[in-house]
Amino acid sequence: MARMLSIKNAINEAIDQEMSRDPTVVMMGEDIVGGAGTQGEVDAWGGVLGVTKGLYAKHPNQMIDTPLSESAYVGAAIGAAACGLRPIAELMFIDFMGVCLDQIYNQAAKFRYMFGGKAETPVVIRAMCGAGFRAAAQHSQMLTPIFTHIPGLKVVCPSNAYDTKGLLIQAIRDNDPVIFLEHKNLYAAECDVPEEPYAIPFGEAKIAREGKDITIVAYGLMVPNSLAAADILKKEGIDCEVIDLRTLSPIDMDTVIESVESTGRLVCVDEANPRCSIAADVSAVVARDAFRALKGPIGMVTPPHTPVPFSPTLEDLYIPSPARIAEGVRKAMKG
Amino acid sequence: MTGLITPILMPKWGLSMKEGKLAAWHVSEGTMISPGDEIMDVETDKIANVVEAADGGLLRRRIGQEGETYLVRALLAVMAPESVSDAEIDAYVSNFAVPVAEDVEDTGPSHEFAELSVGRIRYTARPGSGTPVILIHGFGGDLDNWLFNIDALAEAAPIYALDLPGHGQSVKAVVNPGLGTMVSTLIDFMDHIGVKKAHLVGHSMGGLIAGQTAIDNPGRVASVNLICSAGLGNEINGGYIGGFVSAPGRKELKPVLGDLFFDQSLVSRAMIDDLLKYKRLDGVQTFLEALSANLFANGRQAVQIAKALGATSVPCQTIWGASDAIIPSGHAGAVPGARATVIEGAGHMVQMEQAARVNDLIKGQI
Repeated sequence: MARMLSIKNAINEAIDQEMSRDPTVVMMGEDIVGGAGTQGEVDAWGGVLGVTKGLYAKHPNQMIDTPLSESAYVGAAIGAAACGLRPIAELMFIDFMGVCLDQIYNQAAKFRYMFGGKAETPVVIRAMCGAGFRAAAQHSQMLTPIFTHIPGLKVVCPSNAYDTKGLLIQAIRDNDPVIFLEHKNLYAAECDVPEEPYAIPFGEAKIAREGKDITIVAYGLMVPNSLAAADILKKEGIDCEVIDLRTLSPIDMDTVIESVESTGRLVCVDEANPRCSIAADVSAVVARDAFRALKGPIGMVTPPHTPVPFSPTLEDLYIPSPARIAEGVRKAMKG
Repeated sequence: MTGLITPILMPKWGLSMKEGKLAAWHVSEGTMISPGDEIMDVETDKIANVVEAADGGLLRRRIGQEGETYLVRALLAVMAPESVSDAEIDAYVSNFAVPVAEDVEDTGPSHEFAELSVGRIRYTARPGSGTPVILIHGFGGDLDNWLFNIDALAEAAPIYALDLPGHGQSVKAVVNPGLGTMVSTLIDFMDHIGVKKAHLVGHSMGGLIAGQTAIDNPGRVASVNLICSAGLGNEINGGYIGGFVSAPGRKELKPVLGDLFFDQSLVSRAMIDDLLKYKRLDGVQTFLEALSANLFANGRQAVQIAKALGATSVPCQTIWGASDAIIPSGHAGAVPGARATVIEGAGHMVQMEQAARVNDLIKGQI
């Protein structure tokens, strides 16, 4: 009996179950409890898109509405984590992370290292990421590479509801700071999700589709787009293997290299800007460690190196579409 | 005349199957098919198997093409006697309602849940007449282990298959993970579904549970059918049990699962993913560690039931895969007075790899 659940509701369920299991799990964020025009406690708005709706009524002592100061409450969450709680800080958009970066990359990411392994910082920072929401350049970025660059941070960006629930539960139970990025254009995507809690270990990529001709590596929204591209290419006789990285730090390069060794070809698809991106990183490692397995140059499908446009027409052109991914694969097949 | 026409459709194996690939035909047009004949190979993303004819008849038309993928219940071939004209068959084929993808998803018998003293138990039922049959899976399994048996057996009797405590979608927080809990849960389950007496079919650890239930409650068991069963000898593949319990991911689990089958190619990526999904549910790891320590520590079976089972008046048969790498097929003859069948070309999952033979043997007993 398939139980279909959206990514949005999978996030809610994961937080709900972990708060029930462990009273030290708390959440901080803007408008996560109540919102404009609601009764507050019972019918809480639950964040900008309603992800945490209803959690305050179930866990009134674990949900904290904060002032509109990301630097203050992200810092508070990190401090609370260092002192024994397991906080989840919700930023509405990853784009707002800039004002909290000292707390994240210079404090949370460094505590374990600087205190001789004696300090732990079990904090999760959740935020929406990605383009296609008509939210303009300051609310649409895919900033994953900024966080994968920092040792001491774990970075997660799921593509489906099953993985979202299991990876978020793992993030909450993890003893290190985790940046958990949710693609806002995938919130409604549904799949079969068990009711029971479960944790998916970090650093394990998933083969989303088996294929023998070429490997496509993707994460987040680029996974469904790559699967759609694989459907287009199947009709042309090109059999694509699609790898969903799921976690970007740690990253499962073993699965990628194993796949490239069997297909001999690689296209990296990334919604982040092309310079110093996840796609660039994966390409570099494959070129270094599996060069002899490659039958042709590695392909990359990314947005241009520009801000995310506000014009809907331009925004649609900006995001790597199934058609553009398919074109990237055709090119790599010829190389 | 269309009443004389019998369609052959893409089968549905389990709730999640939406489509299948017609890998190969075993029959050609003009073949006289008998029920039980192997007619085609079908592959899904999870499993591959040979399909047997449910009905007999003259194969008049093959519609399905080898290598093509079809939705569940798509028309693949037509059987009809010679008296039916080609034109009538053409009309039948063109009028056949093509299944729609959305409809395929939510059809078929669904699962049900029972609240028992151990906790929530998932099961599935097929109606029928006569003494019911209960299918009991093995260690780490679930009711989908009976994918190729449940519908075939339902032709002969009402069928129930359950997820044991700690398994599938049943309760994971089990207080005493051992044989006693399993037997009492089975009796509770029979009470819940209102079944006084049933034929028990148990695979592996499920056989041990079926046998122990017959020993403890002979009045409630019409027969026991033990498939590659535990409890009939000392030896068990400790490497498999330990490997299955401890495997943290795909790479470690895949080689372990190879031990289950004669045909190693049946270990699909989807099968590994589904088992990992199960193993990662909260509580499963603790449960499997405790259960395996109670029953199968150090590659030895802790409980022996062959003699006590032979001493009951409950009819018993054993069925084994000749290449079983988990429990030796030599255990098949251990129960005094029981009929023993060892099937070639099959491993521990003989009810999947040689489903037709196993189904016939069970039907013979019930």
